[in-house]
Amino acid sequence: MIKRRRNILPGFGISTGFTLTYMSLVVLIPLSAVFLKTASVDWSHFWETITAPRLMASYKLTLTTSFVSALFNAGFGLLVAWVLARYSFPGKRIVDALVDLPFALPTAVAGIALTAIYSQNGWFGRYLEPLGIKVAFTPLGIVVALMFVGLPFVVRNVQPVLEDLDVEIEEAAQSLGATRWQTFRLVIVPTVMPALVTGFALAFARGLGEYGSVVFISGNLPNTQITSLLINTKLEQYDYIGATSIAVVMLIVSFMLLLGINLLQARTRRFQEAA
Amino acid sequence: MEERRIRSRNDSGNVFIRWLLIGAALLFLALFLVTPLLTVFVEALDKGWEAYWAAIEEPDALSAIYLSLAAAAIAVPVNTLFGLAAAWSITKFDFFGKNILVTLLDIPFAVSPIISGLIFVLMFGAQGWIGPWLADHDIHIIFAVPGIILATMFVTVPFVARELIPHMQAQGREEEEAALVLGATGLQTFFRVTLPNIKWSLMYGVILCTARAMGEFGAVAVVSGHIRGQTNTIPLHVEILYNEYNFVGAFAVASLLTLMAIVTLAIKKFVEWKTSE
Repeated sequence: MIKRRRNILPGFGISTGFTLTYMSLVVLIPLSAVFLKTASVDWSHFWETITAPRLMASYKLTLTTSFVSALFNAGFGLLVAWVLARYSFPGKRIVDALVDLPFALPTAVAGIALTAIYSQNGWFGRYLEPLGIKVAFTPLGIVVALMFVGLPFVVRNVQPVLEDLDVEIEEAAQSLGATRWQTFRLVIVPTVMPALVTGFALAFARGLGEYGSVVFISGNLPNTQITSLLINTKLEQYDYIGATSIAVVMLIVSFMLLLGINLLQARTRRFQEAA
Repeated sequence: MEERRIRSRNDSGNVFIRWLLIGAALLFLALFLVTPLLTVFVEALDKGWEAYWAAIEEPDALSAIYLSLAAAAIAVPVNTLFGLAAAWSITKFDFFGKNILVTLLDIPFAVSPIISGLIFVLMFGAQGWIGPWLADHDIHIIFAVPGIILATMFVTVPFVARELIPHMQAQGREEEEAALVLGATGLQTFFRVTLPNIKWSLMYGVILCTARAMGEFGAVAVVSGHIRGQTNTIPLHVEILYNEYNFVGAFAVASLLTLMAIVTLAIKKFVEWKTSE
């Protein structure tokens, strides 16, 4: 084994010690409470709770709305990232700053604003409802809310890749006779794909756990109850075991996604470094 | 800058497609991002400035503002200190399990806010781990202010660290090593070498952390118990007003959070401009 150059920087013990202690006290120990609580529940009761019809419907709703909104975001996010990375136009800096709005705007504010826009008398709702498109208080409303919160994940992942992409490679493709569409499909898409998939996965993961922006526009109707909302309902009824059981399911899914996303990002980085 | 100009000239080949794409992107952003932003202010001012001010000056609104500021005043400095320590540890040293630590750091981002609140109910609630002991000693955490502060701390843990780590990673270790070799103490090195290098990203991390601390909804909703005038933060007050169909009030109070978000974005742009200089 080759010994590394000795590190002379001070503060390893104190900074790492403080980091680990703080993470344990504020994040890890509280989080372990969820798993310990479910360990005290017998298996058949746990299984019954997490597979109740109402919950199965909520999993399906949460997964489909998150997936569909992440898919829309992948498309529109790619468009926005492309325009920001490649073109200059008046007001571009403001537009670029605006993309981060969903990160900075509290979700509850986004929730009431979107509900106001898409409800029957709202700016968009009043034109959509006569066409038979109901957005507020339907699963479509959840998709709209999740599109709002998820958009920056795609744009901010794809934009730097597009900015780094060498124009010369595209020029080479074009000088070799490729059409613009072929250049896009065969040169640009494969390069941005890893970043686009990461952005999609982040937006999807965010959608699964999102609460604030969704509760207002979903209206808590039987067909619009997301899983987070059901946990909260159980908590409000002081059914802590029920709430914890569902939370364990959500946590496991979130952790698996987090792990997958980290692997994806590591791959994207390697891909970019190799390029 | 020069390179970019060449690039855009190069792309101006097909003007029609170019403006079509710009138009489509701007239309999409206008519909999905700008409209919600405008709605907040239009609805808030629906009944004029007087009604707007009345909603904000109302005692319950003021107490919600005060509580949100208090929660942020505790959570943000603690998490800033944590962020500095974590970033120092992760970027300046190599140790076993570092990658796991970096992954763990993202947990509060990945967990549903309802679960973030739930974990504190499970620990400190009436049926929780130390709930009975707390009850015996008349200490209230859940449905009280300490619970709100804890939940706020949990959800804002990664913000400062996440901003600092990439910058400190890019900065490397040489400058600090040089300072130490020349005889500076550890603290001198940190304050005179490291801090000036990271000050802008630190500032943005702190601002983002503050914005999130004041705006957190789900986690705080679970632990607060919604006691008006006592355990209501700004977003919870917005929710109550909204559910009471007091839309002007809800949007007026929400406009404060929206202004904070706009300021956050402006500072982000400023920091990007400063760091690219």
